[in-house]
Amino acid sequence: MLTIADKIFSSRLFTGTGKFPSYSLMKEALEVSESELVTVALRRVDIKNEQDHMLDHLAHERINILPNTSGVRTAKEAVFAAQLAAEAMETNWIKLEIHPDPRYLMPDPIETLKATEELSKKGFVVLPYIHADPVLCKRLEEVGASAVMPLGSPIGSNNGLKTLDFLKIIIEQSAVPVIVDAGLGVPSHAAQAMEIGADAVLVNTAIAVAGDPVGMAKAFKLAVEAGRLAYECGPGASTIKANSSSPLTEFLSYE
Amino acid sequence: MNNFKSILDNWTPEAIQRKLGGISTLHVEKALSKTNRNLDDFLALISPAAAPYLEIMAQKSRELTLQRFGNNMQLFAPMYLSNECQNICTYCGFSLDNKVRRKTLTDAEILKEVAALKEMGFDHILLVTGEANKTVGVDYLEHAIKLIKPYFANVSIEVQPLDQEEYERLIRCGLHSVLVYQETYYRDTYKTHHPKGKKSNFDYRLETPDRLGRAEIHKVGIGCLIGLEDWRIDSYYTAMHLQYLKQKYWKTKYSISFPRLRPFSGGQEPKVVMNDRELVQLICAYRLFDPDVELSLSTRETQHFRNHAIKLGITSVSAGSKTNPGGYAVEKQSLEQFEISDERGPNEISKLLVDNGYQPVWKDWDPALQYAE
Repeated sequence: MLTIADKIFSSRLFTGTGKFPSYSLMKEALEVSESELVTVALRRVDIKNEQDHMLDHLAHERINILPNTSGVRTAKEAVFAAQLAAEAMETNWIKLEIHPDPRYLMPDPIETLKATEELSKKGFVVLPYIHADPVLCKRLEEVGASAVMPLGSPIGSNNGLKTLDFLKIIIEQSAVPVIVDAGLGVPSHAAQAMEIGADAVLVNTAIAVAGDPVGMAKAFKLAVEAGRLAYECGPGASTIKANSSSPLTEFLSYE
Repeated sequence: MNNFKSILDNWTPEAIQRKLGGISTLHVEKALSKTNRNLDDFLALISPAAAPYLEIMAQKSRELTLQRFGNNMQLFAPMYLSNECQNICTYCGFSLDNKVRRKTLTDAEILKEVAALKEMGFDHILLVTGEANKTVGVDYLEHAIKLIKPYFANVSIEVQPLDQEEYERLIRCGLHSVLVYQETYYRDTYKTHHPKGKKSNFDYRLETPDRLGRAEIHKVGIGCLIGLEDWRIDSYYTAMHLQYLKQKYWKTKYSISFPRLRPFSGGQEPKVVMNDRELVQLICAYRLFDPDVELSLSTRETQHFRNHAIKLGITSVSAGSKTNPGGYAVEKQSLEQFEISDERGPNEISKLLVDNGYQPVWKDWDPALQYAE
């Protein structure tokens, strides 16, 4: 079972809440996905309103809320926003998203490292969204990140695991759970991430924007389970067919 | 990197016109088949040669918009704080030479308008004024933003161009975005339509997005007023401007509006009329040119047009807008800047969106995200 900080997860599919056609469809899709960790953008929640519509739709005993800081550009802004989010959503978990670039939403590694350190010291469970940069992942681990969330490709691009080689290194080296976030466009991308040993994946756009978000949520759930199972079973190595004639080693036949 | 003025001066309207004249269906098809499109592709897509490809443009535009923005539509409302203005603009109801009663809202009146807008459900607000530095200068704006900020998640302004330091001051108070339309990128035409007042300074207005970019504002809205000149050429300049700004000020997000000249009491008729098909073509071309740019559609457009255009690439709409100071609660009958066309209120627009598979988004920002000491 996957454990992050003190929480045990039976589902390895984490989901987002943006871009859905309606809250009711979002709710239905999240239920079918069986996701236990769901990101919510602080920018979309009315924290002054106790009956915020989005949070109302997420009130389910299985669902844990993971607030994100989407919109901030610096560590300082992120720390401030995280504290407000914690108060409003009553959780010390935070997904750090610091992207000064509003178009591709590329995470700023320097600011993310700073904010991770500061928020960890303050007692937050910090899950930073970052580039698939193995060294950065180790540095984040050292300053207290509870998991790392490297991207597969740009957020919302549905382009799949463009960072595959680096994700493999991260997974190999990481002492904290690795959650592949961003860019997973179809269930096979999620399955692939799980097959290479990711601890979990986070999917939003691919489900929210699908023709049938509920059906797609189910497809991702199955893909994540299949990918994980395959990883646990240890796939056989892909074999290279031996050539029947061995001109270089034939001389050993007397052995 | 060159400043935009020198880029603009290298491209006369005649030169663009010649380029436009040389566009064939071959260029259009090439532009359509690409995934990353440049300015040449944009020009091909707004050219008359692209007219027969409107449906395919619309489909591609819708697909890209859904991919990037999801099934969401942002809602906002303008709030006119003042109609006092020292400028003469031939097309505007607030023009200095237009004999109307002038009004600037007091604090109590602003709060009354705020209450009415909150009651309607709005959380993103656009503050609008004319240009009258003695009454609605930067001090007034700073005061108004501070007054309004506790009630709204996102505050934008559409006011006279300011200096960089003044923008920095307003950003520190919680300002999120600034809309500043060049009206027309034709220097001579600009002069004709802005004969008097600070607005007659073409270059100061042109360089406003640069000052905003240097102030690291979160969002800048640009555009031209359609009807003053050939819309294709002015829109091409707008796209050039967008491209320049994106490269130079990468931390800022951009939005584009495409207001068509609307009648107002005593106003002039548009020189060039853009029909609905052409406006759809322009909206789709902007989307195909830039998948990430926000595209905003106001209540200037008719109910029928808005019912359909929301599905083609638009990312934010206003609803139930009043274009006169105090229009929501204080003084419903005073003279408006221009006549709005789609008079449906936010509830109706919200229902329209839901019926079309969109989630109306009232809040997509939080003051906590731009914390300043």
